[in-house]
Amino acid sequence: MRIEALFLLGVAVFFGLVGIAYWFLAYEQGGTMMLVGTTLLGLVPGSYYLWWSQRMKPRPEDRTDATMADGAGVIGSFPSSSIWPFVLGMGLFLMVLSMVFGLWLIAPGATLVISAVIGVTVESRRGGTI
Amino acid sequence: MTVLAERPVTHEHEHEHHEGPSGLLKWLTSTDHKLIGMNYMVTSLVMFFLAGIMALLLRTQLSSPNSSFLSFQQYNALFTMHGSLMLYLFAGPFAFGGLANYILPLQVGAPDMAFPRLNALSYWLYLGGSITMLLGFLVAGGAAAYGWVAYAPLSSVQFSPGSAPDLWILGIALTGFSAIFTGVNLVTTTFYLRAPGMTMFRLPIFTWNMLVTAILILIAFPILTAAMVLLFADRHFGTHIYSTAGGGSPVLYQNLFWFFGHPEVYILALPYFGIVSDVIPVFSKKPLFGYKGMIFATMSIAALSTGVWAHHMFTTGVVLLPFFSLLSLLIAVPTGIKFFNWIGTMWRGQLTFTTPMLFCIGFLFAFLMGGLTGVMLASPPIDFATHDTYFVVAHFHQVLFGTAVYAGFAGLYYWYPKFFGRMYREWMGKWHFWLLTIGFWLTFIPQYVLGLWGMPRRVASYPANLGWRSLNVASTIGAYVIGISFVFLLVNLWVSWRKPVPAGDNPWDAHTLEWFATSPPVHHNFEKLPPIRSERPVWDYHHPDALTIEHSGAHSNGNGHGHLTDAGAGAGAGSSGDKA
Repeated sequence: MRIEALFLLGVAVFFGLVGIAYWFLAYEQGGTMMLVGTTLLGLVPGSYYLWWSQRMKPRPEDRTDATMADGAGVIGSFPSSSIWPFVLGMGLFLMVLSMVFGLWLIAPGATLVISAVIGVTVESRRGGTI
Repeated sequence: MTVLAERPVTHEHEHEHHEGPSGLLKWLTSTDHKLIGMNYMVTSLVMFFLAGIMALLLRTQLSSPNSSFLSFQQYNALFTMHGSLMLYLFAGPFAFGGLANYILPLQVGAPDMAFPRLNALSYWLYLGGSITMLLGFLVAGGAAAYGWVAYAPLSSVQFSPGSAPDLWILGIALTGFSAIFTGVNLVTTTFYLRAPGMTMFRLPIFTWNMLVTAILILIAFPILTAAMVLLFADRHFGTHIYSTAGGGSPVLYQNLFWFFGHPEVYILALPYFGIVSDVIPVFSKKPLFGYKGMIFATMSIAALSTGVWAHHMFTTGVVLLPFFSLLSLLIAVPTGIKFFNWIGTMWRGQLTFTTPMLFCIGFLFAFLMGGLTGVMLASPPIDFATHDTYFVVAHFHQVLFGTAVYAGFAGLYYWYPKFFGRMYREWMGKWHFWLLTIGFWLTFIPQYVLGLWGMPRRVASYPANLGWRSLNVASTIGAYVIGISFVFLLVNLWVSWRKPVPAGDNPWDAHTLEWFATSPPVHHNFEKLPPIRSERPVWDYHHPDALTIEHSGAHSNGNGHGHLTDAGAGAGAGSSGDKA
């Protein structure tokens, strides 16, 4: 976890420095704001990871001497098939097309999006089928 | 059904039976990273061939002065869509959606991507965005015609009327979201789903580069998507964010676009650097020279690339020239380190010139040429003289052809046995390489000269009395040779589909974990995993007698460096401990 944290904090430090230099050299708001945003992108998850890395034992994947047995057990829950990503994707596709081909496309698009949001939530709760 | 993936420990681990839908329903519902990766690869290759055909039409128009093969509007629409398809729908998605989606979970020893359903959603958004953009050809007025950058005054509703520009903008927004989701997935998979012992400094370089690329995606793509939403608002909702008429600033669009656009160039380059860094050691029978140096070079390239966006805007006159010029020139240093490491890997290795290796060597030459002209363009005096000429076109194509085409197809040939469990035909791969190389240099070297003679980019026609004709003809012939070379790829895929030659699990005697899985890998990837004690666990497993180099040492914090450990009874065959 520690290397991951330092990696993200490195993003924050670099863009923080570049952002400061850029502001005092160019006085340009657009670029400076984007550099500030990039700094936060590294700082927020990076400091969270660092905070955790000092409070947890190294995971098997952080240890150079770990064996496969150290990592045995359930890794996580992986839905092996689900129709809802397709429904959600097509719903968003139709809603985007509605801005060009007519607002009536929002009706089927929004129906698909809402049913996908409900469907994917229900699927996660009951353990999921297609 | 949800499957709780367990880490396989023993050889006797029961092959878990995966019963799911089949046929079309399987394609629509699968959340398997391998199937999604394959979908991405097929879709992006279709985009590549469409954009390639557009390039041939453009070159046909330019092969003679005052040509009337295409109308000016058709020419503008075709070069816009050629660039958009190649950059947004081929080069990026092929790498981070296709190859990375398929290979990265295998390389870290994971059963799937961290968020399989999000992964599937990002493919459907990508497909939807691609269709949205291509629909521009079918609406009245023809496709968007403002270049792949869509600069603000030109892309306003006044200068680009019709619905095709809207479709283009919305298509980019959809694929932007798809890229962001893939970026999240790649970072989380690398951080949380590694196999035991697979520390950060044992990850294959391809995975490292994809991690850095994913961070770049998370930096750059939200800004692109925001810029597109603002552009759409300017066109339809009466805002004046990018128009001077209402107090807005067109240069703001350029700032937003290039803050995305320059990292984008490296989003398109770093994954392909990763492929080259994985392929060259395998066919040199050596570990990668300077593993950690390679990682830090990748990080510095990515970091610097995000601070150089305005070097595309030198001629606007409102950017800070020394700042952006200095940072742009600095990128040459880590890129140079990479070149030395690749050459150092090949140095005194046992080279075998298979098709993937040839494509990697082709990449080295193409990218060297493109990179060096990039260093020239980073200098404002040269950029002012050559801006918007064919010099820039040639530079840009050499960089992106080197990465996305040379290294991309190196990756396709390299992992093809893993994807399908069968070999491609080597001789056809070599024909593909040599024709591609002849065509590539014949296409782009004349364009450098044309650029220095002053031929501007994005013109559909040029007068006969300027002497540009012969070089343009050469460039067009080169483009057609490139086109012919891809016939060999398609025939190769077709022949190996009809008459399969089994490849086995590890035909290349390769290094990284994906070659430990079966070809093609089973559902949830691994039935067993080798012990991971270096950055090339599969090679260690198959050569227990050889010297191995442990980069991470024995410490769990990964600070050790370059220990040479004798893992067995002396140096075995193919020993390669000469790095230390």
